[in-house]
Amino acid sequence: MSAATLYGLCSAVLVGLGLFSLIVHPQPLRKILGFNLIGGGVFLLFGAVARRGAAAGFGGDPVPQALVITGIVVAFSATALAVTLLLRLFQQTGQATLASDE
Amino acid sequence: MPSSATPGGFLLVLAIVLPVMGLLLALFLGGRYAERVAIAVMPIGLALAIAVAAGVWHSRNVLQYFVGGWVPPLGVALRADGFSAVMLVTTALLVSAIGLFARAQFPTLPNSETRAPLVFWTLLLAVWAALNAVFLGADLFNLYVALELLTFAAVPLVCLDGRAETLSAALRYLLFALLGSVLYLLGTVLLYGAYGTLDIVLLSSRVHGEPAAWAALSLMTAGLLAKAALYPLHLWLPPAHAGAPAPASAVLSGLVVKAPFFLVIRLWFDVMPRLPDHAAAQVLGILAATAILFGSVIALRQDRLKLLIAYSTVAQIGYLFLIFPLAAGAQTGHPWSGSAWTGGVLQAISHAFAKAAMFMAAGLVYEALGHDRIAGLAGIGRALPITMFAFGLGGMSLMGLPPSGGFVAKAMLLTAAVGEGQWWWALVILVGGLLAGGYVFRVLARALADPNDTLTLVADISRTRQAVVLAVALVALVLGFVPLRPSGLLLIGRPDATVMGFK
Repeated sequence: MSAATLYGLCSAVLVGLGLFSLIVHPQPLRKILGFNLIGGGVFLLFGAVARRGAAAGFGGDPVPQALVITGIVVAFSATALAVTLLLRLFQQTGQATLASDE
Repeated sequence: MPSSATPGGFLLVLAIVLPVMGLLLALFLGGRYAERVAIAVMPIGLALAIAVAAGVWHSRNVLQYFVGGWVPPLGVALRADGFSAVMLVTTALLVSAIGLFARAQFPTLPNSETRAPLVFWTLLLAVWAALNAVFLGADLFNLYVALELLTFAAVPLVCLDGRAETLSAALRYLLFALLGSVLYLLGTVLLYGAYGTLDIVLLSSRVHGEPAAWAALSLMTAGLLAKAALYPLHLWLPPAHAGAPAPASAVLSGLVVKAPFFLVIRLWFDVMPRLPDHAAAQVLGILAATAILFGSVIALRQDRLKLLIAYSTVAQIGYLFLIFPLAAGAQTGHPWSGSAWTGGVLQAISHAFAKAAMFMAAGLVYEALGHDRIAGLAGIGRALPITMFAFGLGGMSLMGLPPSGGFVAKAMLLTAAVGEGQWWWALVILVGGLLAGGYVFRVLARALADPNDTLTLVADISRTRQAVVLAVALVALVLGFVPLRPSGLLLIGRPDATVMGFK
């Protein structure tokens, strides 16, 4: 098994775990962590895709790496925004849960 | 498709940069000037949008710009076709109208800096910049960033008042949006891995029906549906859109949900025009039909005006997605797809104006009465005649009564459904129109009834704000006078334009 395939499989596992946590867990904090797990999986897949440039005689394809850096920045800001909202909600209600649907 | 930047291509850069400059300037100068900066940016942005539309119309071709002079696949392109141009103008018009409307609600006081107005005016400019970036982006990863910027600007608009219920609505909105964007990003990686480019035009010639392309299409579509709130991923929309302040609701319901819809269109019609087959399009059609029926029935049962309007958005989003079973796969020969295409796009535009007018009208009603319970609306028609008239005009467009933009849109979707022998969609369109009539009349009947005891207004509503709402509703009405045939402007830049009955 080549390294790229291994990375690809790992990323699939991470995406699966994150998706499970995002959908199944009712607590927002776990959902946010789930989102980050999926993000990690996607970024790993970017890495696996970048390795494919090596087949053409290059050390790697630089474009996915540039995309990953942007993606990490975006995911970081998203997490910061979500955690801030959750903190405000906790300060106001004393609970860190989402009210059930009306 | 021109291979170099077209004359007027720099307009596309300006259309994105201008609101960003305004946003930075507003933040830098602080609360006292935020409103003035935003209001000053609006006419310039509107002129830019009209210039882009005129350029597309005049050259009968796409406007294109390569950022930094780098040509794809290495560089990133900005492109405006007919559909982008129409959405740019719609956005500029609505943002300007909402800005005029919001001046009384988010005033910047001379001697104190309050947070809500500063945040509102800067986020309004941020939403505008992000929407323009979505409409002009020609690179899938660039579009991902634009979509995320849009989410980050739209989510805080929901919880401007900082109450616990709006905070939880905003958080739920954000979680759905994050799921959507990460699925979109996953699809983007798969496409890059398989084809080595993310430029829409280059991809469209390379994509074939293989597992990677199918997986990418499904993941990205699912993610965008979560952001567009198509049934069954609509759960976040009603509390978020109903809880936001009225001008913010108008932006969210009128414009923000149209951006992911726009991207699904880009994906299905521009990136992979040959890929989606009949069955895939029918699945989207079934979701759309369920959204129309389910959203309308739930809207009928609401006690509060803003929630009713929010559920009506869930239903009207369904009409947008009827474009897929009726127009997708144009190259395999759908003779009516030109009608469905124009109808679907017109539905997006006329719903934007109608829904913005209705949310702003509901906001005025809320301010005047101090509540928005439908049961307590009796007599408001006499107290705020212009506002309720505008509400009714918006409602006409939702129902699809002539003359209104909603009528033309739904009539064209209906013609396409009958013409292609997919009569079941025609039935859904008609029943949806009846249900919309039901919920709009439920509000109007209460509003025009005689109050049992005298109606006490807790606030005076200025004529100017009512006039803005009426003007927005009138635009939705005037859209009803566009001719009932495939529109030439909307087909500019479409690879399948000749198939769609336009040369």
